[in-house]
Amino acid sequence: MTATSGSELAALSARQAGARIAAREVSSRELTEAALGRIARLDGRLGAFLAVTADRALAAAREADARAARGGRLSELDGVPLAVKDLFLTRGVPTTAGSRILEGWLPPCDATAVERLEAAGAVLLGKLNLDEFAMGSSTENSAYKPCRNPWDLTRTPGGSSGGSAAAVAARLAHGALGTDTGGSIREPAAFCGVVGVKPTYGRVSRFGVVAFASSLDQVGPLARTVEDAALLLGAVAGHDPRDMTSSARPVGDYLAGLEDGARGLRIGVPREWLGDGLEPGTLAAVRAALEAYQRLGATLVEVSLPHSRYGIAAYYIIAPAEASSNLARYDGVRFGLRAGAGGGLREMYAETRQEGFGPEVKRRIMLGTYALSSGYYDAYYLRAQKVRTLVRRDLDQAFERCDLVAGPVAPGVAFRLGERVEDPLRMYLADVFTITANLAALPALSVPCGRDAATGLPVGLQLVGRPFDEATLLRAARALEREVGTFPAPEVA
Amino acid sequence: MALSGFQVVIGCEVHAQLLTRSKIFCGCSTAFGGEPNAHTCPVCLGLPGSLPVLNQRVVEMAVTVGLALGCAVRERSVFARKNYFYPDLPKGYQISQYELPICEGGSVPFAVDGQERVARLTRIHMEEDAGKNVHGVSADGASGVDLNRAGVPLLEIVSEPDLRSADEAVEYVRALRAVLMALGVSDGNMQEGSLRCDANVSVMRQGAERYGTRCEIKNMNSFRFLKAAIEYEARRQVEIVEGGGKVEQETRLFDPDRGETRSMRSKEDAHDYRYFPEPDLPPVVVPAALRERLRAALPELPRARARRYQDALGLSAYDAGVLVADPQVAAWFDRALEAYGAGREAAKKVANWVNGEVARLAHEAGAGPAAWKLTPERLAAVLRMVDRGTLGGPGAKQVVEEVYRTGAEPAAVVEARGLTQVSDEGAVEAVVDQVLLASPVEVERHRSGKKDLTGFFVGRVMRELRGKGNPAVVNALLKKKLGGGS
Repeated sequence: MTATSGSELAALSARQAGARIAAREVSSRELTEAALGRIARLDGRLGAFLAVTADRALAAAREADARAARGGRLSELDGVPLAVKDLFLTRGVPTTAGSRILEGWLPPCDATAVERLEAAGAVLLGKLNLDEFAMGSSTENSAYKPCRNPWDLTRTPGGSSGGSAAAVAARLAHGALGTDTGGSIREPAAFCGVVGVKPTYGRVSRFGVVAFASSLDQVGPLARTVEDAALLLGAVAGHDPRDMTSSARPVGDYLAGLEDGARGLRIGVPREWLGDGLEPGTLAAVRAALEAYQRLGATLVEVSLPHSRYGIAAYYIIAPAEASSNLARYDGVRFGLRAGAGGGLREMYAETRQEGFGPEVKRRIMLGTYALSSGYYDAYYLRAQKVRTLVRRDLDQAFERCDLVAGPVAPGVAFRLGERVEDPLRMYLADVFTITANLAALPALSVPCGRDAATGLPVGLQLVGRPFDEATLLRAARALEREVGTFPAPEVA
Repeated sequence: MALSGFQVVIGCEVHAQLLTRSKIFCGCSTAFGGEPNAHTCPVCLGLPGSLPVLNQRVVEMAVTVGLALGCAVRERSVFARKNYFYPDLPKGYQISQYELPICEGGSVPFAVDGQERVARLTRIHMEEDAGKNVHGVSADGASGVDLNRAGVPLLEIVSEPDLRSADEAVEYVRALRAVLMALGVSDGNMQEGSLRCDANVSVMRQGAERYGTRCEIKNMNSFRFLKAAIEYEARRQVEIVEGGGKVEQETRLFDPDRGETRSMRSKEDAHDYRYFPEPDLPPVVVPAALRERLRAALPELPRARARRYQDALGLSAYDAGVLVADPQVAAWFDRALEAYGAGREAAKKVANWVNGEVARLAHEAGAGPAAWKLTPERLAAVLRMVDRGTLGGPGAKQVVEEVYRTGAEPAAVVEARGLTQVSDEGAVEAVVDQVLLASPVEVERHRSGKKDLTGFFVGRVMRELRGKGNPAVVNALLKKKLGGGS
């Protein structure tokens, strides 16, 4: 078993890695050391990790190996090295949310999703880079460092879970957790050529996840394969008594029907999603994927989501409004950064938040505060909530005629670093197709569907499903994956 | 109130801490006191990533109060965030209810000077308490924040502006407090702040139809202060209006040392709380079955109990009202009555003791019935000794006081203090004869009708008996021997 090289180990999917551990062909320690080695070698250029917890990972690997030796593995993920977005609380391990305001803060507890991964025996390699407080579509809003796309280091990996997507794509981890408020799992998954799932709102506990927009935030996996995504989702999904918005519905076996194919599926194609504003290479790849589904025996049904065009406006009211309130707790009183303490209370508040928050976070706090202000609430927040209801109704109607909805994840491929930082509106438009599922609280995923002809960069296909019907989405994604294959390891130059 | 030509209009907002064991959104203890921040966790500290989990007991208590006060209980109510910055508010927002509170409507009946009145309620909602800023915690004068209280469940009970005097406001809060205590949801302690009252006060000219501009008065932690604050505020507003000025809408703080209210913040400085529905909590659903189960479990309410005391026991409205103001006192009264004996006369006697001597002692100690060492059974024992004539009135007071302080058995106290009364007619008669024989001049003056010297003879007899003579027996014998006297 020592014959396997580090890069061969790193190339294993999470499920393959778990199977090798089970067969005692490889140890968790070897896998962990291989991953840590790649991180040490490549992440300086990539910037996917904000913290690497090597000691903790190696200790966990030793325990996993001991269990494997005893024949008492905890799950298929026991001993498999993974990583989580730095938005998840990790007890005693710095958790920054990509912000200066939380620099040095050590949480007293773990997020439920982290707890569940560790209970499954997974080895946590570290914390992954993100846009500050998950606000962004490029990971350039990280207060610490930008993250780069492993397919082209001049480009962004997408965001806000850019570190998660980059780490999984570059084989620095066998899988990762991210969060998705308006597309923050799916867009980076598409940009980096990996699978990303945003489950139904309430499917995964939000306890211990630093909140951005509470009614939209959802935890999900980023993975090399659909199978891995199913495995990871199954490990973290389910009711949590610490999160009242988590659903009590039982979690299905996402792996069970995974290979059932696309035959007989009715796939809705929203006519509004394949029109103007799509890069030609993206449109071509999405169309090719839809054609592939037809070959596989699925039926394409044209559907209409007339209100989805208002979605982005509604989203940029609701998400900042909730964020403005969620971020009020960063006041310098109890944790994190405290500045201006020599002056009075107001100085402390003002200087702590002035120094601690980056420009995008401040922009959204101001937008949200304004939208909730007395006299504006009805015109903005209330109206946005009505749009939200209509967006959901569009989808409910579509699902009377189809089993899932398919379309692009983002208007184009990964854009260049710096290209949109000065143009927030253009940055926001990266979310135009993904926010629908957040507003409607529906499950959605991004699965690689090909390459953009001009750049050779990955393109993702988005699938949106009925509430809690992640299984159908995964099965359909797996059918496509069998057709188009997974992306190989990028050359991180 | 010297407000001739003016009518004062008052609405009250009462905040009652609910007697749950744990906080409204986490499992931390609600116990009063403790080391600063001992009763805290990531949730009530407002740490990133923490989420509120609603304590179902809070919902049940809110519904119970709503049903007791005749409110409409919403099947679906919604929590909302009230956003403002303050160090004692860990999340930067308070989780409260805004547009869809759990209870609406209802009313609180009360009485002022024997007049029956009713104040309508606007709403009752659930919310979390804030922590406390503590100033000067270290040598350099730094301030600290104690979050033990943060997240303690509160009910906010808002009345319509139906109250027309400070006395009405006081009686309204008293009646509401008695209901909350009878339901076991509040300890009613205003000093410790577990029951707090804010008052919206305005004045208008008699006969006017439109209310004047109101001011919200805060920080009145006793009935006395509530009355003083409203009276002061009404006078202040009348003076402004009579002087041709306009009352500014503002929040004012009562200063109990000076007995006046002063401006805390003006309308311009008022917070914009940016309320919006709390996305971390699903709507609160109260199914009809739960509501009806809670309705069936409602205990006897203070007014019904007072009515029963008056009708069945013949107590005065005053005595009945005082007893039911604290359900524990009323329960104590019931037990004493049970131990002592039925009947109107017995009830009157027990009520006199409970509302008189016992209340005085309890007030001095500042403790509720649970802490009294005087049990209902011991009071009954004292009363029986008085009935038998072995203990006199003043002696009974002494016994009750000592039993209250020490918890000793009344008979033992009587014995130890030598308070046993001489009621034996033969023994008393011997002393009476002796006194009359020794005072021939006085007997003559008395009998001749020149002067009523009964008091003189009683004094002498009592002195001979060392104060232990049964006054009734002494009086009766003297009367007989002196031939009626005056």
